[in-house]
Amino acid sequence: MRWSPHNAGLRIHTMDNALLVHRLHFAFTITFHYLFPQLTMGLAPLIVALKTLGLRTGNRAYHDSARFWGRIFGISFVLGVVTGIPMEFQFGTNWSHFSRFAGGVIGQTLAMEGLFAFFLESAFLGLFLYGEKRLTARAHWWSAVAVFLGSWLSGFFIIATDAWMQHPVGFERAPDGSAQLSSFWELVLNPWAWWQYAHNMSGAGITGAFVMASVGAFYLLWGRNAEHGRVFLKTGVIAACLFSIFQLFPSGDGQGRMIARYQPVTLAAMEALFEGGPGAPLVLIGQPNIEEKKIDNPIQIPGALAFLTYRRWGGAVTGLDSFPRDKWPQNIALLYYSYHIMVGLGTIFIATAVIALFLLWRGKLFSARWMLWILLLSLPFPYIANTAGWMTAELGRQPWLVYNLMLTADGYSKTVSAGNGMFTLLGFLGMYTVLGIMFLFLVWREIEHGPLGQPLAGHAVAH
Amino acid sequence: METLWFMIVAVMLTVYVILDGFDLGAGAIYLFAAKTHKERQMILRAIGPVWDGNEVWLLAAGGTLYFAFPPLYASSFSGFYLPLMMVLWLLMLRAVGIEFRTHIDNPVWQGLFDVIFCGASILLAIFYGAALGNVIRGVPLSKEGYFFEALWTNFRPGPNPGILDWYTVLAGIVGLVTLTVHGSLYVALKTEGELEQRSRKTALMLWPLQAVLTILSLIATIYVSPHALENYRLHALSSVIPLVVVASLALLFHFARRSDYLKSFLCSCAYIAAMLVGAAYGLYPVVLPASTNAAYSLTIFNSAAGHHGLMVGLVWWSLGMVLSVGYFVFIYRMFRGKVRLEEEHGY
Repeated sequence: MRWSPHNAGLRIHTMDNALLVHRLHFAFTITFHYLFPQLTMGLAPLIVALKTLGLRTGNRAYHDSARFWGRIFGISFVLGVVTGIPMEFQFGTNWSHFSRFAGGVIGQTLAMEGLFAFFLESAFLGLFLYGEKRLTARAHWWSAVAVFLGSWLSGFFIIATDAWMQHPVGFERAPDGSAQLSSFWELVLNPWAWWQYAHNMSGAGITGAFVMASVGAFYLLWGRNAEHGRVFLKTGVIAACLFSIFQLFPSGDGQGRMIARYQPVTLAAMEALFEGGPGAPLVLIGQPNIEEKKIDNPIQIPGALAFLTYRRWGGAVTGLDSFPRDKWPQNIALLYYSYHIMVGLGTIFIATAVIALFLLWRGKLFSARWMLWILLLSLPFPYIANTAGWMTAELGRQPWLVYNLMLTADGYSKTVSAGNGMFTLLGFLGMYTVLGIMFLFLVWREIEHGPLGQPLAGHAVAH
Repeated sequence: METLWFMIVAVMLTVYVILDGFDLGAGAIYLFAAKTHKERQMILRAIGPVWDGNEVWLLAAGGTLYFAFPPLYASSFSGFYLPLMMVLWLLMLRAVGIEFRTHIDNPVWQGLFDVIFCGASILLAIFYGAALGNVIRGVPLSKEGYFFEALWTNFRPGPNPGILDWYTVLAGIVGLVTLTVHGSLYVALKTEGELEQRSRKTALMLWPLQAVLTILSLIATIYVSPHALENYRLHALSSVIPLVVVASLALLFHFARRSDYLKSFLCSCAYIAAMLVGAAYGLYPVVLPASTNAAYSLTIFNSAAGHHGLMVGLVWWSLGMVLSVGYFVFIYRMFRGKVRLEEEHGY
């Protein structure tokens, strides 16, 4: 397309499409990747809980359940590893200018993840999956704890990396302009990292808990494996309740105050608050109209945003009007929807989990078919909420790649053309479709066989 | 400090090649050495508990490389964009092959997954060899320290080479043969019966080829990159490295003939380590030579991370390594011995 004043807007997209391709490349691969770690990190503490209950009560059903979820964990872990290697590679392949700039700092956390978390997790996962007969019950319990620790440590190092990009601390600029570590403790004690970690991990916990409850509900509705189904439901519902409340308060609240303090323009864009001032309202539903700078069809609570941010109904929240247009996140509409989908689903999770817990307490959950159906169908929504949450974090940081230090437009690999980027993006789309089908197939086989079914690898022995 | 991190990264990559090398090699002989369903099951069982743990070494080595030499990581990964993406796809296909193979009980599909697993393993072994060849030969670095290499140009190592030229193809074949022998010995070590015998025969048959290729690759390297010898002239002690290569290669054959697979496998490990360390020593202090202008080469000095960061890293790296080696020794002890299909129903 030739440039003329009429297509000046289009020009940005056509001329910068290498940037767009590299962004889509990372966005797609990370979104797909994170479907798997959120399940493993969420299941890990639940498996430890099941093993603990098994040891305490001596009830075989708990051990069977732990073994069953260990197998699901294992499948998800393998997918997490094979889709995780591309993430690490892409820092160099697609974002080489960013890596040259930031590697001196975030290389710390990324390398520590490999050394402290992956080795621990992969080594003891093998032991947990293949070693139950060789180990004592207590040693097998320890292997579950090690897997739990490994997966949660891994989460921390990645969050610390992202937190540095959101709120860079503990670095100094070298003569060549790159960022280099100046304080290790500032990097790992970044306040942003700890709030984000708390929020992210309980998000993963919600996924694990709802998936477990969903499979439990499936067994009861199906009328098979009912004993294990009840164990899954009980564990899943209690965990879902704890995690989803923790997700709102204190972790979500803390994360929100971090954004209000360090990225006020992001908060304004998340809420699509075009005009700031005292007593800002909280928009529940409505479509941001960027062109006219207003919300269409708003349903809002007056003063609520001000209260949530400053604990005062009349507090003055900064609106987008206080910032120059080029500092606004570029995609306000998607940011706004991501954030509202996350919050909306989070609220629904709390309601669902609390009602299910009430039924469990009254002893009615296992026979309340309507609730079992709700739990069964809840399965995809924690994935959507977690994805939307991450989109909020990453879109909200734009136009910055490292907040106030490096623009996203300056970070991608200038030597890798849009065409080559598109080629590999298409390759990943195809490859991940196959991987996704494989995952669903393998998990479905496990669920269908049930906790007491012959372990799948064993069937070949008969030949 | 930079030298120390150069050594650490070289050692971690070597460990990765040795560990993932045997399961790649086992994959490479998979279709040919294992004829029956049961034998194929045995190979998969032999690598089942360890293959993804071995791949974790790639992540850890990559992470450490990123941490210690960010500009090198940035430059080489973006420059080798296309082959690296293909490595990723092959790693995925391989995982698909292994995982589906064990879970779908249908001979038609299993045939497909067998071919995927074996084919991806062979291609990966070739890619790794070719990757090393590229690093030794040099790449067309610009003044800013970036490059982008096409998959092939005129198949000649020159100022504007492609990923594949005659030298890197040779390196790829060396990689394939070496890892195939390595994997065969591992399979022989972990299995019994005809499979054990066939794996042994594969290793013995490929050995003369491996010996010839070792000599050929040495000559080719000196031809393509004459600087490689400078460091060896500097210190007489460094002649130990080629001696280890020769000795381990000879002993590998000797022990394999006597069916002492453990010793033979360890010799193969020593051979791989000596070849890689030899290459790294020849390059030092350069980490990515420029084929355009020697002044543009990336060295450990112009591509290391900040001093403070490297110091801090030394503390946690040592701690992390002690822990990790501890786990690995523990796990390999737990799963030592021959694979028997009757026990251990994992997932």
